[in-house]
Amino acid sequence: MNYTWNWHIFLEPNPTGAGTYLDMLLAGLKVTIVTSLSAWVIALIFGTIVGILRSLPSRLATWIGFLYVEFFRNMPLLVQLFLWFFVLPELLPRTAGLWLKQMPNAPFYTAAVGIGLFMSARVAVQLAAGIGSLPRGQKMAATALGLTTLQTYRYVLLPMAFRIILPPLTSEFLNTVKNSAVAITIGLIELTGAARAMQEFSFQVFEAFSAATLMYLVINVIVVIGMRLLERAVAIPGYITGK
Amino acid sequence: MLANFDFDVIRRSLSYLFIDGMTFTLTLTALSATGGLIFGTLIALMRLSGYRVMGWIAGLYVDFMRSLPLVLVIFWFYFLVPYIGQWVTGSSRPIKVGAFASSLITFIMFEAAYFSEIMRAGIQSISRGQPAAASALGLTYAQTMRYVVLPQAFRNMLPVLLTQTIVLFQDTSLVYVLSIPDFLGAASKVAQRDGRLVEMYLFAALIYFTISCIASYCVRRLQSRIAIIR
Repeated sequence: MNYTWNWHIFLEPNPTGAGTYLDMLLAGLKVTIVTSLSAWVIALIFGTIVGILRSLPSRLATWIGFLYVEFFRNMPLLVQLFLWFFVLPELLPRTAGLWLKQMPNAPFYTAAVGIGLFMSARVAVQLAAGIGSLPRGQKMAATALGLTTLQTYRYVLLPMAFRIILPPLTSEFLNTVKNSAVAITIGLIELTGAARAMQEFSFQVFEAFSAATLMYLVINVIVVIGMRLLERAVAIPGYITGK
Repeated sequence: MLANFDFDVIRRSLSYLFIDGMTFTLTLTALSATGGLIFGTLIALMRLSGYRVMGWIAGLYVDFMRSLPLVLVIFWFYFLVPYIGQWVTGSSRPIKVGAFASSLITFIMFEAAYFSEIMRAGIQSISRGQPAAASALGLTYAQTMRYVVLPQAFRNMLPVLLTQTIVLFQDTSLVYVLSIPDFLGAASKVAQRDGRLVEMYLFAALIYFTISCIASYCVRRLQSRIAIIR
């Protein structure tokens, strides 16, 4: 292989004038983390609402939940980001569209919202399955105690369902981190984008991608360990998720 | 608002979008799914082989691939494949690899990790008595897998495999980052040439949505039809 390795490249100054190549990658890592966390918050909020809708006895609510999930699941994430980024500002009234276009950091907000809603459909499916897996008696007991539907969900069903779906939620969060790389296409310089920029400036392809790969692996390990600890902390003794 | 739309741009570019773009997307999807399934099955067999080292290597590969974003993997292979080709053919310079070959290799290697997990679950769902009966009949390991275990595993997992293929179909749009004219890439080229982003992206979204919806509806029907009542 006649490729010239140069691992010292990380300590050389990058052409943007702000620190070394390593700083550039770390800035990208930070963007990846912030984008993923923002998207995850949006995914959890919308996913919870839609997941509850899907589990309600009302036909209309189930139908709305079904349509929501199908809408976001049947389009590639890349296409959805393009819709939010290029198409939405044109469809809005002039002033609103202009405001969206001139917003600073537009790729970041678009990525957070776009990836968040994309992932929310998956969270919704998981949550609805989690609620469905609870014994019927739980809901009946809550009703017998005089709890309203809202209280039943708030105090009985959701706390149990979220504990049950913690393992699949972990992989959905990891998917959110991985999906944040798609935002490179709308100009967000996250970790993959930073590695790509470094490759274009320095021609050290494999060093740049190795470093990015390593950082993604570290994020994965940290998230998996963190979620294990969380699972153990919230486990209910004697129940499905407990030991 | 709709009055400003120029739907004619879609009609004018239909042949480019579908004959060039969609053909690329569908061919890539079909070949990657086939290749991914073959490699995935081999990886799953390695994991379940009982040889520590082989299982460990297969597990490491799967975990490694599954923790990286597809976009990064696409870039990796795009730059790596010419060097691998040079190493394999023993030539003196990195060989040139076309856009299609490069993305095909990427998707096969990436999807193999996901397909292997599905096939592993499928193989583990076969009851122990089956391979035991096969070896009692005098079948070798290869024959047991070929005639007894894999056909059933494949059948049990068919809906999941097809769902993964729909995900793959959507994921192939990411070759956009290499400026390859797949369906989305073609739509984007026309959009930028004619300054018609809204029409082209809405149209692309509609087509992806329709195809995925119909495909997942068919998978659901298939699932209820082939479900084995035990």
